Amino acid sequence: MGQKSKLVGSFREAVADIPDGSTIAFGGFAMPGTPFNLIKALWEQGAKRLTLVANTTGGAQQPRMPDIGMLVENGQVAKVICAFTAATRPTDVLPFTKYYESGEVDAELVPQGTLAERLRSAGAGIPAFYTPTAVGTELAAGRETRLIDGREYLLEYALKLDYAFIRARTSDTLGNLRFHRSQRNFNPVMATAARCTIAEIDEPVLPAGSIDPDDVHTPGIYVHRLVQVPPEPEGIWPTRRQEKRR
Amino acid sequence: MSESKSKGLNRQQMADRVAREFQDGWIVNLGVGIPTMCSNTDIGDRDITYHSENGVIGYGPVAPAGQEDLNLVNAGGQNVTLNPGAAMVHHADSFGVIRGGHIDATVMGAYQVSMTGDFANWKLKGQKGGGIGGAMDLAACAKRVFIILEHVTRDGSPRLVEACDLPVTARGVVTLVMTNYGLFEPTGTGFRLREIAPGLTVEEIRAVTGGTLTVADGLRQIPTA
Repeated sequence: MGQKSKLVGSFREAVADIPDGSTIAFGGFAMPGTPFNLIKALWEQGAKRLTLVANTTGGAQQPRMPDIGMLVENGQVAKVICAFTAATRPTDVLPFTKYYESGEVDAELVPQGTLAERLRSAGAGIPAFYTPTAVGTELAAGRETRLIDGREYLLEYALKLDYAFIRARTSDTLGNLRFHRSQRNFNPVMATAARCTIAEIDEPVLPAGSIDPDDVHTPGIYVHRLVQVPPEPEGIWPTRRQEKRR
Repeated sequence: MSESKSKGLNRQQMADRVAREFQDGWIVNLGVGIPTMCSNTDIGDRDITYHSENGVIGYGPVAPAGQEDLNLVNAGGQNVTLNPGAAMVHHADSFGVIRGGHIDATVMGAYQVSMTGDFANWKLKGQKGGGIGGAMDLAACAKRVFIILEHVTRDGSPRLVEACDLPVTARGVVTLVMTNYGLFEPTGTGFRLREIAPGLTVEEIRAVTGGTLTVADGLRQIPTA
């Protein structure tokens, strides 16, 4: 088994070769597991005509955290594939919204479970699958459905990625990952769906084999580059949620 | 959604009443907003496992200030606590829990519910795109779909309607509707008022409810203690 360390010296180096037109997924659900440092590095790197895949296009919170909205404002994004293209509170206006409404950026709105399964399928060699989700809604209009055991299901296709940006608490130098609490979310399935997975790691990266094989959440075979998140203020870490009153 | 302008129950009281529907041993998914407040309700010794779409199985109340784990959130992004026996899974497995029929009840907010059990909660009129999140998966696959919403819109129009005029999240799935005016069930031709909020009358409610309003025998008032 390859024992070569995947540790890269900086976020800049980790994203340097990403070409224009790439399809890139960002893990994370709310703050946990979101690769803020890699997103910021991509913003600095400047690749354009990107297709970005994530749960949301970013939050309306202040101060801003690196998100899809920031890359959209920077003119880097052609299309997003997300479970939310609007904020969960209708009164919140996202930076993304005006670019979407003006047609500068395209969007594909996908139910969250369908998004997760499309990524899982891509990583597991399943080209398409049937799901009961979204049957009878405008998302299913004109699309292929099939009756199975008397219930209607909608055909959904696997979603392959060029790159996945993910975040985990613990890793060894081979990229065997352990997530902490709800940090896991989309990260493991995105890692399997990507040609190249880049992980930012909270804790000091451990020597190869330091994580018991039974305790590995994402095996290192799915992880290609690792970057250690430096302490604040250089590194970006989850913050306490700002409660906003309606 | 200011509480001063609305009659009847407040947000926590609505969540409390819905939480008292949960039966011992249920696995329950709570959506963003008022539904997440159900996990704050004390329902005695009933053993409920709360599931959150981001892969948290077995969470408890919101964490006290200063004791938050910033890598642990519920569907609304609030830092919650874990109950003993909790487990984490990734997103595809979490929605396997949902689509696999392992969720006994899901509680969600909505803009509208119809008398045939359709509901709409992801897209406003004239909006491009929207926010689906996990709602369509949950609506299609949970054993029971409970909706919590204000009884009327800001301009006083009913949210319990004959047919949704907003894009639906799922059709024919809602079995229980909690509003600040009372607890209802869609009947196909209207709504059945099961319990009424203090300070409201049946006639007041009928005037702002779509379809035919029927009333449960021996209509009870919702306790708000």
